[in-house]
Amino acid sequence: MERKDKTTGSVTGIIANLVIVEVNGPVAQNEICFITLGDEQLMAEVIKVVGKNAYVQVFESTRGLKPGSKVEFQGHLLEVTLGPGILSRNYDGLQNDLDKMEGIFLKRGEYTDPLNREKLWDFKPLAKPGDRVIAGDWLGEVNENDMPHKIMVPFKMEGSYWVKKVVPEGQYTVNDKIAVIEDEEGKEFELDMVQKWPVKIAIKAYREKPRPFRLLETGVRCMDTLNPITEGGTGFIPGPFGTGKTVLQHAISKQAEADIVIISACGERANEVVEIFYEFPELDDPRTGKKLTERTIIIANTSNMPVAAREASVYTAMTIGEYYRSMGLRVLMMADSTSRWAQALREMSNRLEELPGPDAFPMDLSAIISNFYSRAGYVYLNNGKPGSITFIGTVSPAGGNLKEPVTESTRKAARCFYGLSQARADSKRYPAIDPIDSYSKYLEYPEVQEYLEKNVSDHWLSDVLHAKDILYRGKEAQEQINILGDDGVPISFHERYWKSELIDFVILQQDAFDKIDAVTPIKRQQYMLSKVLDVTEMSFRFDNFEAVGSYFKQIINLFKQMNYSEFGSGQFERYEGELQALLKERMN
Amino acid sequence: METQSFQKIYTRLTNITKATVTLKADNVGYDEIAIVDGRMAQVVKIIGRDVTLQVFSGTEGIPTNAEVSFAGRPPQLKVSDELAGRFFNAYGEPIDGGPEVNGETRNIGSPSVNPVRRRQPSNLIATGIAGIDLNNSLVTGQKIPFFADPDQPYNQVMALVALRAKADKIILGGMGLSNDDYLYFKNVFDNAGALDRIISFVNTTDNPPVERLLVPDMALTAAEYFAVDKNEAVLVLLTDMTLYADALSIVSNRMDQIPSKDSMPGSLYSDLARIYEKAVQFPTGGSITIIAVTTLSGGDITHAIPDNTGYITEGQLFLRRDSEIGKVIVDPFRSLSRLKQLVIGKQTREDHPQVMNAAIRLFADSVNARTKLENGFDLTDYDERTLEFAREYSLKLLAIDVNVDTDTMLDISWELFGKFFSKAEVAIRENLVQKFWKN
Repeated sequence: MERKDKTTGSVTGIIANLVIVEVNGPVAQNEICFITLGDEQLMAEVIKVVGKNAYVQVFESTRGLKPGSKVEFQGHLLEVTLGPGILSRNYDGLQNDLDKMEGIFLKRGEYTDPLNREKLWDFKPLAKPGDRVIAGDWLGEVNENDMPHKIMVPFKMEGSYWVKKVVPEGQYTVNDKIAVIEDEEGKEFELDMVQKWPVKIAIKAYREKPRPFRLLETGVRCMDTLNPITEGGTGFIPGPFGTGKTVLQHAISKQAEADIVIISACGERANEVVEIFYEFPELDDPRTGKKLTERTIIIANTSNMPVAAREASVYTAMTIGEYYRSMGLRVLMMADSTSRWAQALREMSNRLEELPGPDAFPMDLSAIISNFYSRAGYVYLNNGKPGSITFIGTVSPAGGNLKEPVTESTRKAARCFYGLSQARADSKRYPAIDPIDSYSKYLEYPEVQEYLEKNVSDHWLSDVLHAKDILYRGKEAQEQINILGDDGVPISFHERYWKSELIDFVILQQDAFDKIDAVTPIKRQQYMLSKVLDVTEMSFRFDNFEAVGSYFKQIINLFKQMNYSEFGSGQFERYEGELQALLKERMN
Repeated sequence: METQSFQKIYTRLTNITKATVTLKADNVGYDEIAIVDGRMAQVVKIIGRDVTLQVFSGTEGIPTNAEVSFAGRPPQLKVSDELAGRFFNAYGEPIDGGPEVNGETRNIGSPSVNPVRRRQPSNLIATGIAGIDLNNSLVTGQKIPFFADPDQPYNQVMALVALRAKADKIILGGMGLSNDDYLYFKNVFDNAGALDRIISFVNTTDNPPVERLLVPDMALTAAEYFAVDKNEAVLVLLTDMTLYADALSIVSNRMDQIPSKDSMPGSLYSDLARIYEKAVQFPTGGSITIIAVTTLSGGDITHAIPDNTGYITEGQLFLRRDSEIGKVIVDPFRSLSRLKQLVIGKQTREDHPQVMNAAIRLFADSVNARTKLENGFDLTDYDERTLEFAREYSLKLLAIDVNVDTDTMLDISWELFGKFFSKAEVAIRENLVQKFWKN
């Protein structure tokens, strides 16, 4: 999109944040422009062109804007700035550093630098003169919060280059020149540590994208055990309000085995983001012992911030994720909630007077969502090293109805489905993930099965499937009991029901606010599941149905005490001993 | 906004709908205020020289040669301490017969608070109503609606909450308020001698519905003045947000927008969030807390208005008539305050979280017992006791006419536990039982 002269134009129409601009030169779809309003510059993006008219969505309030206002097109799409110093930052949807903004209120037309240009970084060269490199190859690295942050050949550089020079180890700012590379024609390029990339285009600086196969541990039992997500996998969490979407997302982002966590707070409550601002600097990363903020990037475009920037925010987050993936890191990205993003698309489509699809969402909603989810994944970089983006989005279905367009479209795109159930939330069974309706397609992948058998236990998969069967049979038994009455069914129905309750209480339910119970490593999950399954295999003597419930309540209580105890501690073993004694009492 | 040295008057309307007029005009800014035939209007669309104005009071009787003049500014409110104790209409004009307010002129609908500048809400708001303070504690900076059927006494409860909460200012935004309810609020505030703390922006059912769209912004502009400039704790009451949303749908319909679920505009979520997210704890000590009312039709919370509201607000409060005691109670099952975790057991007594949960669990057992009873099954001794407990619990704690402090609520709970249950049945952590158990 290189142009000699900048295209300019003037405003001819305004409908809320949709502005029509008459242009005097070439413009590109999704090109960025600035509209002059007094001494403020309003950033906007081209979303439709009709003849000489460009329709642009403005990322700010258009209050006071008049026809005739001057517009200057920038010759590039909406871009993020990539370089060391992104970790621990709090950005808005357009990657403005929120901490650098002055005052309590956001000012229209204020754009801040996402990077710190003065800070000195300890640079170590990784490439040497004479190396042949292509886009995404590592030239050097700096230490960013103890994470090796690779300085790469900019993704925009096409073809291959020869490294002419890399600066020696030392301290440099992001704008210092750290390398010179030369193309086939002998043209030299001086590189610093900063590059830009358009957010709506996927970064493809990798060799191949295999099917994901490694388990991503989240420490959340009803995910890891029953419906695991993989490194580079995709999942989504739909749930009506009040079912614990945000608590679950926060738990995953605190505990997951990832190097980098990107949280995109997209059109949700500001106070929830404030909670992250307050909590994460205090909390330790369970694996490294460092503060959680050090591995976290927050993109906050809350529900009251401009709606077009909300649409951009998920792309901003994903592009930053792709940048870190290209360094061979494991990135976890969470978006809360993708429904708000879809609603932003709907508002715009509506103002453009496009023919609507279901529930007035744009017709291509499904394509947009699956295109976005496909940017996650496990990759082998050009140097053969792996990197991944695991993406989990929440969906806020209108009226709690899972048949609405956003949930339906996401179901087609994401491989894991963690449906939050109102009934489970009402009975305080948290996390409220429905064990029957939820699924992980990854359990069907032979490479995932192989990985689990090798790394968890050789009968893990059959154990998991068995546990699911017990849950399902327990639900059937419960329905029968409800219809026929406690006395109307054989005692074995009660036993079947309570065995499923055992799995429910011990494996599925987890106290996100208890220090020990909140995070369960996979080894412990394996131990507890096989312990629970042992009990479900036993046959017991019961004289009446009431005895079944009260006996299983005792078993559940001891198992829960184990869950609350340090794994393998004396306390843990004591409860385990009590449990064995209790089981002996009634065994046939 | 630059001041205009001359005001051009236009006299040729090209289009008139029930809520909007269109004319050819130059140099008009988006969101700008205009006067059409003496009525207040606002620019909602500009295409070339065609400017579409939303006329707040409706277009009945507006002729095609009506006089139109533009003000060159968005809707504004004059803010100062003089606002206190006054009643205004949706345009911010006094309706209590008092003088105009002097003060600084501010545009309504100000920008959002930078999320990194917010403080975590952390101050308990005591209302004396146990259904709220005990089970669903409110916190400054929170936003929470009553989800209520139109026949429920939500305005009375809200007035009670407002008067008992120790807020520096209470700002009432009345939308589609019946004249009777308006007078009710006025009387209650007057009788409580609290009028000097109260500011009201009222659109009654006598006023045109579209005018309501200005009320929340007016109320919140005043709220921001007191919370930011004066560091005060401000409580904003918005009733009824369902009628506000209805007004939104009227306008979007007149502008030929494609409706989404339940005939509501596609932007309903953003429109509501813009208002509710004004609730904030400021770093300088001031705060804005919003308590709203969303009326339901037939208790249906899946309708687009309550549904979108639920996703935005930090919980919701349900009122219900308890036929056992013949009083209105705050429903302990469906009500939720998402921010209560920030204060209970921290700013209240240590036993608060456990007592709250135990009481609700026992209350839930009473519901099961009642179902058994209604289906003709025999009741166990435990069932009988839960029923008796539930009756007293409703009467002494859940009923909205209760007015005690939180410690007393906890003491009453322990009394009821001791009266009807064993320690094992209540199942509260041992050290708390030792400290608080009453025989």
